[in-house]
Amino acid sequence: MAAGKKPAKKSVKKSSVLKRRAVVLKILADRGDAAVVTGIGNAVHDVFAAGDDHKNMYLSGIMGGAAMVAFGIALAQPKRRVVVITGDGELLAGIGSLATIGVEKPKNLSIVVIDNQAYGATGNQHTHTARGVDLVGIAKASGFPETALITKESELDGMIEQIYRGSGPYFAVVKVSTETGVRGDAPRDGTLIARRFRTAVAGV
Amino acid sequence: MASKAAGDWSSDVFKVLKGEGVRQVAYVPDAGHTNLIKRCRADTAMTAVPLTTEEEGVALLSGAWLGGEAGVLLMQSSGVGNIVNMLSVANECRFPLLMLVTMRGEWGEFNPWQMPMGQATQAVLEAAGVIIQRADTPERVAETVASAAAMAFDGGRMVAVLIGQRLVGFKDWSK
Repeated sequence: MAAGKKPAKKSVKKSSVLKRRAVVLKILADRGDAAVVTGIGNAVHDVFAAGDDHKNMYLSGIMGGAAMVAFGIALAQPKRRVVVITGDGELLAGIGSLATIGVEKPKNLSIVVIDNQAYGATGNQHTHTARGVDLVGIAKASGFPETALITKESELDGMIEQIYRGSGPYFAVVKVSTETGVRGDAPRDGTLIARRFRTAVAGV
Repeated sequence: MASKAAGDWSSDVFKVLKGEGVRQVAYVPDAGHTNLIKRCRADTAMTAVPLTTEEEGVALLSGAWLGGEAGVLLMQSSGVGNIVNMLSVANECRFPLLMLVTMRGEWGEFNPWQMPMGQATQAVLEAAGVIIQRADTPERVAETVASAAAMAFDGGRMVAVLIGQRLVGFKDWSK
């Protein structure tokens, strides 16, 4: 290669990589009366930072359980949209649930994976998505009719339309940096979170 | 008089579940639950969800309660080891959780691989905070499930009914 010749392929500018807080804030700005379930870890803080809401079920435990909790809500509340905001590590811990949901096809369930390719709560060790595991491919192969891989700001609006108004189940992966935001004081008392959620969502 | 056939108790259990307003039935198939699963799948007021692993069922039923519905998890004792961490959501949030567990690894078990989990099932569930109710004769199953359902749905607790292997049937499972 001749000295001084620039490589043909332009590297992606670091500043163009999506940031999780901004992405979740934008998604939830349009939530309406949707119920939201978070996976353990940064997703809890991202959702809380977008504004506390009684229709948020913050799961600060049960790694791998967020999608199935949301599926149970979606079955019980078929007229309401139920949205999962979770991380790649959390989803990988319950990867079989994609098959379970994919075969049942709940129309009012949307799963959004905020994929930083790392276990952010434990020191940013690589998850399998950092090494090539394709969550969108798994969702497609499990029977999700609509899926998306989001890497750019310009793709967010289309995804948000699908999350709230598309025919589900919908599955999207949003690639983000490992940058996090300030941690707020998201409620952690399970009985409190659960009872206010049930009253707000089910009216009981 | 012939003794009550192994599957007969499932009709009475189904009636109990209907009476309790159970809408979501999560299950990992088990020979002992065959008839009950069939009844639940055929019922239009119920959604029966087959799982890849039992822990999905604990999460699903947590969502059911959050959405205002009651549910039940049907599983085999070998699945109890899979659900331990997932039980923390029911424990921490005080969700009612009703589990009907058919036992392996006890009465007349032929498969040595079933022994470790079967023999540990009750201790593991109790260590995780689950209340145990046991039924070892066909006549007792439905009333035991009714008792467990009251403790779960009215008492707001995790309750497991262990359905003895003696009751499920002593047969050659390898066929």
